[in-house]
Amino acid sequence: MYSLPYIAQQIVNGLNLGSIYALVAIGLTIVYGILRLINFAHGDLVMVGAYLALALILNTALPLGAAVLVPMIVVGGVGILVERLAYRPLRGAPEVAMLITSLAVSSIIQNGTVMSLSAQPRAFRLPADLIAQQQVGVVSFSTLEAISVSVAIGLMALLTVFVTRTRVGVAMRACAENLRAARLMGIDINQVIAYAFAIGSALAAVAGFMWAGRFGSIEPFMGFLPGLKAFVAAVIGGIGSIPGAMLGGYLLGFAEIFFVGFLPPEFSGYRDAFVFGLLLLVLLVRPRGLLPTTAEREG
Amino acid sequence: MLNKNTLLYLAVLAALLFAAQTLLNDYYQRILAVVAINIILTLSLNLTNGFVGDFSLGHAAFMAIGAYTSAVLTLPVASKATLMPDLPPWLGQLAVPFLVATIVGGVLAAFVAMIVGIPVLRLRGHYLAVATLGLMVIVRAVAINWTAVTRGAKGINGLPVFTDIWWAFGWAVVTGYVIWRLVNSTYGRAMCAIREDATAAAARGINVTAHRMLAFCVGAFFAGIAGALWGHLISAITPHSFSFLITFNVVVMLVVGGMGSISGSIVGATLMTLVPELLRSVETRLSLGGHPLYGLSQIIIAITIALVMIFRRQGLLGGREIRLPQLFDRRGADAVDRQASPSA
Repeated sequence: MYSLPYIAQQIVNGLNLGSIYALVAIGLTIVYGILRLINFAHGDLVMVGAYLALALILNTALPLGAAVLVPMIVVGGVGILVERLAYRPLRGAPEVAMLITSLAVSSIIQNGTVMSLSAQPRAFRLPADLIAQQQVGVVSFSTLEAISVSVAIGLMALLTVFVTRTRVGVAMRACAENLRAARLMGIDINQVIAYAFAIGSALAAVAGFMWAGRFGSIEPFMGFLPGLKAFVAAVIGGIGSIPGAMLGGYLLGFAEIFFVGFLPPEFSGYRDAFVFGLLLLVLLVRPRGLLPTTAEREG
Repeated sequence: MLNKNTLLYLAVLAALLFAAQTLLNDYYQRILAVVAINIILTLSLNLTNGFVGDFSLGHAAFMAIGAYTSAVLTLPVASKATLMPDLPPWLGQLAVPFLVATIVGGVLAAFVAMIVGIPVLRLRGHYLAVATLGLMVIVRAVAINWTAVTRGAKGINGLPVFTDIWWAFGWAVVTGYVIWRLVNSTYGRAMCAIREDATAAAARGINVTAHRMLAFCVGAFFAGIAGALWGHLISAITPHSFSFLITFNVVVMLVVGGMGSISGSIVGATLMTLVPELLRSVETRLSLGGHPLYGLSQIIIAITIALVMIFRRQGLLGGREIRLPQLFDRRGADAVDRQASPSA
């Protein structure tokens, strides 16, 4: 059977991948919760974040923290801009109109990147001491992974404080529960929606850095799969629920790693198929997810 | 329903196709065939996305199923022995006519649609969009990994080129006819009722899930047919031929033409096949200070879609139909128009 260090190693890997899914899923779930929009352009912000990080690493002498922080701010701004230009004119329109627009936005971001930077994949190389594997007890991981996972968990803790303890955060949850009632209570929903996009996009940028660091190369269409899988994570956790997105992200990360790690190698080509098979299964037995929101329960 | 007018239109179409076949060179004939295939795709997507109001993004997946199925079925036995030596013997000995192969491809696509539909179509909202995209990822994984049948990432090349403008437009006519008859039947009325208000439709005794399933499976069937036609036009298919881009382009055609309009699908598919073809030939020649502008045509298309959604959400035809008699008789046309346009 499998040795204990091997199992521990898989858990570390799952934690790493799960953090990425959780960060992306949060952005999808808060936007879906408020607007009922499946934002297909969200995954592309992961890509934009990764490109920005690479540009900073290659062209500036700034510390690595800046390669995470600056993309967060810029991509957060991009998120606000996209909402303002593409989604706000559609306020009150059928859900499907926003869905189609988000497909268009996704295509614009992808092809804009192709046009300005070419479709060639680029190597995403980090300083060697960051990606060198370190042995701690029975498991080995790189400094990058350790930092990534702690940053991700730290950001999620901050977000939890934000949505439960601040005025805007509480307003955000109110909007997710009932947009109309929230507006009648005098909440500036445009402001709340802008916050939702900014936060979700900034977290996607962090995920972009982690994803690029994990796979070592980036290209303009790389955002498609993490975006889609993060939606699966959000659905597993219960779409619209922020704790659900975190839970779903980690569950999906672990499930995917275990699928590859503990089944015979001829199955590993099917890892993406497995994720979406899991989605179908969840929709069959528990369509509202593990932590359903009140809005989805009634709707 | 084969009245005098219908026969007349078919005869006109046949004459036009015959003229195209004798007058146009291969390149233009191929473009025409692609137009017809895109008409099939758009019409079939319209059934689920336009008439029932669900949102499927699975057309690339259904096309892949149709294309691979018909490829494996039509490939001559001799080339199967060299290309796919690991094929199960009964399949290796089999070479069926093109028509049978396309239909089998369509049926298989419809069957897969049913399997996906069972968990997803019970649900409200746009879970279908994500689940069908997921299906695309699954189909691609199978196409890459099931090497005995699909030859993996290499794909299947050297398919016999069966598809010509007759096959393509023939199937387009069949698709248009079936979907038009379906939409104007009690089933179609029920589908439109579901789109307008699913709860009210259910309260009137309409089996919502069954009708959504019917539309989804019929749409998948024709998408499978279109995939088979496409494979036998291009003559080579790989797992990456059926990417999200294909689905997106069909959605664009549907949206430009107007969701919920059959003639809109035809107009949208024709327009959005020919315009990008023109743009692409311009794009390869354009550059900005020596920097090539690849991807520009796709950006223009995407911006068009976003603008259509913001300013003219109903598309060119907005749920109305162009009826051929109306081109000759204005008075009768208005009456038809009023009757056909949905309350939305």
